Amino acid sequence: MKKQLLLTALGAAIVLTAPLATAADDELNFDAYREMLADGNPAELFEMEGEELWRTARGPKNATLEQCDLGLGPGVVEGAAAQLPRYFADTDKVQDLESRLMHCMEAQQGIPSAEIINGSFGKGERGKLAALVAYVVTHSKGKPIAVDLSHPKVKEMYDMGERVFHYRTGAMDFACSSCHSQDDKRIRATQLPNITKPEGAAAGWGSWPAYRVSNSQFWTMQHRLWDCFRQQRTAEPVFASDVTIALSVFMAGKGNGAEAQWPGVKR
Amino acid sequence: MASPMRIRAAAKDGVTEVRVLMSHVMETGQRKDSAGAVIPAHFITELTAKHNDKLVLSAEFGPSVSTNPYLAFKFNGGAKGDKLVVSWVDNKGDTRTDEVQIA
Repeated sequence: MKKQLLLTALGAAIVLTAPLATAADDELNFDAYREMLADGNPAELFEMEGEELWRTARGPKNATLEQCDLGLGPGVVEGAAAQLPRYFADTDKVQDLESRLMHCMEAQQGIPSAEIINGSFGKGERGKLAALVAYVVTHSKGKPIAVDLSHPKVKEMYDMGERVFHYRTGAMDFACSSCHSQDDKRIRATQLPNITKPEGAAAGWGSWPAYRVSNSQFWTMQHRLWDCFRQQRTAEPVFASDVTIALSVFMAGKGNGAEAQWPGVKR
Repeated sequence: MASPMRIRAAAKDGVTEVRVLMSHVMETGQRKDSAGAVIPAHFITELTAKHNDKLVLSAEFGPSVSTNPYLAFKFNGGAKGDKLVVSWVDNKGDTRTDEVQIA
């Protein structure tokens, strides 16, 4: 309740300042609100937790993640997220940040991936994984999104992602494209990026993971995609499954070249 | 055990700007959990900021402040390398103190 009241108050503040803005549409624009929040984005708290988790020896093997290879060499975090998802020869898989971290946690620390896959968002090892994500993405803030689409397996994932994006399913016969393939559309006051265009794909891919002010949670892209499926009223995707990675490759690949805004801050 | 704060403090033209991000649930005591039981109130009640050993800000917080509160303020004085200490106490008696050097 408190949060709703706070949001209402902030909403009122934005509306009150709207006459200063140019178009009436600006009343629905949350950019100003996001800008106010960005300075003290609580995602930083998750980032701090993630940084500590990265360096802490944990799990049955009592190891840190400092030898985890996110694609730029063991232990290299700087800029790594901007180039994910990518193909990894050691697993012979295309992996996004979450699935790669999950692999490292299992391989290096002995924390079984099943524990994360079968877990719940924000809890247990999956919650810890989200903190690690916050830490890693923060080190790609402002970097251009650069997903290498040249590898055949990545290309395959991209094509699969595109198909899934347009695949209508669920009780409402909805596809991702039902909401995300036209310019200047919105649901209530939330603007919907047109993900079929590079700038829209970059707006989506480049602003998640994010801290959601309305529920004080840090959401990774896996979490966000899971929510898209839920809103579609279709089967929930398995955590870090191929379909989620395919959609990620599609969005990231389409958004290539744009600056990553990680970690984002959302209503 | 409370989680650390993130504090940034920068001095410019004799004025120090301090930005503090706290990690706290800030429960109002008015929410209920999924079983219908009231979630007990748990929020920060007092916050102080000291420049070296001099108190520059003392604030009373309450249940209307958001989860993971963010506080920004300025004070006259402060120089690069000076010590800035921020502390809070909550209604359960938990406390957290963090310290930074002014940049």
